[in-house]
Amino acid sequence: MDIDYQQLRLDYVRAAEQDAAAPAHYPVIVVGAGPVGLAAAIDLARQGVRTLLLDDDDRLSFGSRAICFAKRTLEIFDRLGCGERMVHKGISWNVGKVFFQDELVYSFNLLPETGHRRPAFINLQQYYVEGYLYERARELDGLALRWKNRVVAVAADADGVEVTVETPDGPYRVRGDYLLACDGARSPVRHLLGLSSSGQSFRDRFLIADVKMKADFPTERWFWFDPPFHRHQSVLLHAQPDNVWRIDFQLGWDADPEAEKQPERVTPRIQALLGHDAEFSYEWVSVYTFACLRMEHFRHGRVLFAGDAAHGVSPFGARGANSGVQDADNLVWKLRLVLAGLAPASLLDSYDSERVYAADENILNSTRSTDFITPKSEISRTFRDAVLLLAREHPFARRLVNSGRLSVPAVLRDSVLNTPDQDAFAGAMVPGAPAADAPVRAGGAPGWFLDHVGDDFTGVLFSDGTALAPEVAAALDHLGHAAIPIRPRVVVPAGTAPRLPHDLVALEDVEGKLAQRFDACPGSYYLLRPDQHVCARWRRFDADRAQAAVARATGNA
Amino acid sequence: MASLNIEPNIARPDDFYQALIDTHRDLSGEESQLLNAKLILLLANHIGDVDVLCQAMARARDGIRPAPTKVPR
Ligand SMILES: Cc1cc2nc3c(=O)[nH]c(=O)nc-3n(C[C@H](O)[C@H](O)[C@H](O)COP(=O)(O)OP(=O)(O)OC[C@H]3O[C@@H](n4cnc5c(N)ncnc54)[C@H](O)[C@@H]3O)c2cc1C
Repeated sequence: MDIDYQQLRLDYVRAAEQDAAAPAHYPVIVVGAGPVGLAAAIDLARQGVRTLLLDDDDRLSFGSRAICFAKRTLEIFDRLGCGERMVHKGISWNVGKVFFQDELVYSFNLLPETGHRRPAFINLQQYYVEGYLYERARELDGLALRWKNRVVAVAADADGVEVTVETPDGPYRVRGDYLLACDGARSPVRHLLGLSSSGQSFRDRFLIADVKMKADFPTERWFWFDPPFHRHQSVLLHAQPDNVWRIDFQLGWDADPEAEKQPERVTPRIQALLGHDAEFSYEWVSVYTFACLRMEHFRHGRVLFAGDAAHGVSPFGARGANSGVQDADNLVWKLRLVLAGLAPASLLDSYDSERVYAADENILNSTRSTDFITPKSEISRTFRDAVLLLAREHPFARRLVNSGRLSVPAVLRDSVLNTPDQDAFAGAMVPGAPAADAPVRAGGAPGWFLDHVGDDFTGVLFSDGTALAPEVAAALDHLGHAAIPIRPRVVVPAGTAPRLPHDLVALEDVEGKLAQRFDACPGSYYLLRPDQHVCARWRRFDADRAQAAVARATGNA
Repeated sequence: MASLNIEPNIARPDDFYQALIDTHRDLSGEESQLLNAKLILLLANHIGDVDVLCQAMARARDGIRPAPTKVPR
């Protein structure tokens, strides 16, 4: 039986240090146990950084919130140790369909190739995602989780941050070297520091109903423009686990949000879609408006902002929680190195530049989708309708139809942490790209490439499967023991299993997809960051260049 | 970068112009707007080159009202 995470109450427990005369100290304090704060705290604790996670509430997510979790986010959850549960419970999907009036005009497959562990998306209610993250968090020593702990004051100076926390037993103070604000769209920490998030809100309202019913729609994303059952507006339908369906009706700006939530208004809309004899019950019904916002900077000295606190998008594209988890993925290894004295604090500025870049990409995509779904002017609507009319017969117009460009990770092409290419490579694995997955076999056991990279820097040497030159093997091993280690991985062709010295790990490229996706030939060497993004690559391994690239990627150059 | 051809390029200009006007015959203002939009999209796809298309858009706007400058964040 699944736990009902929406009903779960997380008890406030009085911490001994609340009585201490001087405030306790943690390397990192994370504010907010939403998906982003939980992911960040788990990753920090896993990587050996003692972390305090504070949340003002005593429950996980409830109501209609995120359902679509993207491939890259699942890969991060895999690294955190809870991806499998999410995918097992979630509904995997790759295909989206767009209808105009009563015709299918466009269908897309977000992952048209095989050889990836994770699908393009799963649908899973946010409360399951948070529930599984919470349970993962509880397994970790070095992670203190406190519910009903509301941050009410923040004082940051050059040496650290002191926060005042309000609890059912009254306030207490605690100090951190760094404060990670993952406290959501309204971000009290942002307000306490006198900072703002700005952008554009959209003049439209959406009725979002999560209904429980038995239905046999395929597990695809279905989007209608101007369907017969909801004229002149759009509708989105998505399957969720436990026979829950998300139905999203565009209402227009003039709709009355209170009245539209009432069952007597909602039921006829749903019956128009499903038929009058459809049997269903309500989980949640709400009316939303959306905005695209971001803070100018995500780093303010020792306070770092991530997730909805730092940026916000409309949900068409599923870029909210997904990008927030990717913020955490980007930040944690940098914090770990800075706290360990292995990188200068300026490395954290690359968190700001890389994730501001990613946020802008998400906002751009989200704004474009919203402009297509909710045209802002007469002429914009005319062009939109013209695209949809043409899309019935013309493949070119189908590509202009925009019902949401779904979350993909940002390629950090211009990042200062990248070592620019000197050698010629084709394909998508440019410096800045998150590493592609592929099936591999290690020590006879089948698995996936991404399970063998990350947390530390990883050096991936592609070989022809014959024995490695002894000086290469020794150099790989040596880099594996540096102050900032580069964990060596040797990729060998299918069917070869060379014995490698120094306990070097061989990954058998069982389908040849790894070499293909990385455009690698024997001798090619890729350097991956702890967050699995490519940061340098060469046609030939050279230990000095690899070390220089690590220095650059850690702000030590 | 390819540039927008603004030299005469239509062999039978009067025929073309008449055909353009005739295409809109009997249409309401709103229907004509829709037709124009479809026509632009079809032609834009035929041209394909976004640089050329942007030059055409800028030239079309020219003399009507200056284009809004992008608001810096
Ligand atoms: C209808 C809808 C559909 C969506 N669909 C998707 C989707 O399909 N995919 C997707 O990726 N995203 C989606 N999103 C967006 C997603 O829900 C958010 O982006 C995500 O919840 C952000 O996570 P977060 O951890 O940054 O913030 P939150 O989830 O808001 O968590 C913030 C936490 O901080 C706590 N907190 C606040 N103030 C304090 C304080 N002073 N002290 C201590 N704790 C505090 C709060 O209690 C909360 O637990 C959707 C959103 C909506 C509304």
